[in-house]
Amino acid sequence: MHIDYQSLRFEYRRSPDQSAAQLAHHPVVVVGAGPVGLATAIDLAQSGLRVLLLDDDRCLSNGSRAICFAKRTLEIFDRLGCGDRMVEKGVTWNLGRVFHRDDPVYSFNLLPEGGHRRPAFINLQQYYVEGFLLDRAGALPEIEIRWNNKVAALGPREDGVELTVETPEGEYRILAEYVVAADGARSPIRKAMGLESKGRSFRDRFLIADVRMKADFPAERWFWFDPPFHPNQSVLLHSQPDNIWRIDFQLGWDADPEEERKPERVIPRVRALLGKDAAFELEWVSVYTFSCLRMARFRHGRVIFAGDAAHGVSPFGARGANSGIQDAENIAWKLALVLRGEAPETLLDSYDSERVAAADENILNSTRSTDFITPKNESSRAFRDAVLDLAKDCAFARRLVNSGRLSLPSTYCGSPLNTLDADRFEGLMVPGAPALDAPLRDGDWLLRRLGGGFTLLHFGAASPVMPESETALRVVNITPEDDAEGLAATRYDARPGTTYLIRPDQHVCARWRRFDPEAVRAALRRATGRG
Amino acid sequence: MLNTEPNLAAPDDFYEALLAIHQDLTPEQARIVDARLILLLSNHIGDMAVLRQAMERARQGITPAGQDATITIRA
Ligand SMILES: Cc1cc2nc3c(=O)[nH]c(=O)nc-3n(C[C@H](O)[C@H](O)[C@H](O)COP(=O)(O)OP(=O)(O)OC[C@H]3O[C@@H](n4cnc5c(N)ncnc54)[C@H](O)[C@@H]3O)c2cc1C
Repeated sequence: MHIDYQSLRFEYRRSPDQSAAQLAHHPVVVVGAGPVGLATAIDLAQSGLRVLLLDDDRCLSNGSRAICFAKRTLEIFDRLGCGDRMVEKGVTWNLGRVFHRDDPVYSFNLLPEGGHRRPAFINLQQYYVEGFLLDRAGALPEIEIRWNNKVAALGPREDGVELTVETPEGEYRILAEYVVAADGARSPIRKAMGLESKGRSFRDRFLIADVRMKADFPAERWFWFDPPFHPNQSVLLHSQPDNIWRIDFQLGWDADPEEERKPERVIPRVRALLGKDAAFELEWVSVYTFSCLRMARFRHGRVIFAGDAAHGVSPFGARGANSGIQDAENIAWKLALVLRGEAPETLLDSYDSERVAAADENILNSTRSTDFITPKNESSRAFRDAVLDLAKDCAFARRLVNSGRLSLPSTYCGSPLNTLDADRFEGLMVPGAPALDAPLRDGDWLLRRLGGGFTLLHFGAASPVMPESETALRVVNITPEDDAEGLAATRYDARPGTTYLIRPDQHVCARWRRFDPEAVRAALRRATGRG
Repeated sequence: MLNTEPNLAAPDDFYEALLAIHQDLTPEQARIVDARLILLLSNHIGDMAVLRQAMERARQGITPAGQDATITIRA
């Protein structure tokens, strides 16, 4: 069944809250039904919380926005119960190629090893991602979505935040214990609270065209510097489902955004790339200027900012929505524990420190790419051109070519929730790292076995017995037979007895060479902000 | 550690060769050559600590009088 998610319109419905004699009380209100708000709501609902999701509009995103969704995001979608649909619909890719003029200069494989359930990336229009998340949200009775409900004002109180919501039938008020502000780059909530997001903007403009056509380019990311069909500027080409192709044309700062949007200007540019006889239709065209910026802090008492509301990056590297989805899963489990009274409210400060550090990492990578693509002075242009020239015959220069360093999840190295290693370990699975997947017997996968909630991942012939703890803890034991290819043991540097404590967002927070219930209990206290 | 003691066997030969690759170039062409040269040498040196020391010495005493094409924003 094909659903045109772009043209769906949702019904505004009057809520009993609007005529309630007393202020209706909600444990969590998520503002904004973009990818980040939807993911947050699903994650919260999966841990049993009642969630109210408000959106000022009554449709999903349209036009040319996010298309590249990274492996870690797909793994999160698996945990949220909608990964398969995304991957089935999406165009899977692992390979990126960079050209200078007519010549290939560099290519990179983002997933050079096997033994992972999910690819490095899929390309999928943002409206499908939101549509699949929305379908999943619809299957969870804990979630109530109110369309055409715009948060117009908010006032902090001792026991929560009072929200003023505008609807077609006028205003009403509700009380939220916590608010997740996932209301996008312009974040009216940020403004209403007198807060700001600061950073820098790049003096350049990009024409983003989505083109419908039959073409036989491979499912790879192709990036040209100074190609003959668009001299002195760069071009990026990506394949999307439904025979749609994304083409980004760099235009320079002096381009007129209004003029450049017109079909008579866009069509010749596309023709120049595809050939003069190419048959295609323009699906969507917009002209963007990009910025990198963030708020100083993401937690402001009972209001927590996530996604574009909290931070913004230029799209080279696909770090916008991908990092926002990681914000969502970071805040969701913490809020759930706090609201159930199983963790102190200060646990929420670790959302701030972990995700601010992640935003800095994303901004750093995205700024470096933009500085390469859009040189900011004569010298940066000279070095950029020199790198591209040397890349023809000097291998070292190829590694300097930067057309985007694509989204990877952050490792929360300095997180206060981590327990430092007391035993010796090799490899990537340090405390703070996102757990790596590995294939298990009978087509199962390690991340699927981990699922959500706190999990004790134990390697050995027999499962250890964990005495009752204050925080619910599942034990997943991986026997040598489960780990048929031995990849789980390799990736986790595991020997018999090796034990990992994994957080509900599948990040490692502690590990030991042998199972010791007291050490686990202490690490669990620490990971829930009680240690 | 950046070596700033004499290390070139024939300093005058080196200097002549350096000027020779810039002969008759416009400032723009010279900038291209210099950029390539810096990249080649930096990769050859490879040691980031040494490179940082060299960069710092190269930048010494110069007060910026230009401006990069980026814009500070507050949203
Ligand atoms: C050209 C382009 C290409 C991109 N490519 C990629 C990519 O390949 N990969 C990637 O990861 N990211 C990409 N991004 C970034 C990505 O689109 C954003 O990071 C993502 O949409 C952020 O999601 P969000 O949920 O935080 O905000 P949004 O998607 O902006 O959603 C915010 C929601 O809040 C609602 N809202 C706003 N104000 C209120 C209010 N007062 N009350 C109630 N509701 C409100 C809005 O209606 C909206 O539904 C791209 C962006 C652009 C522009």
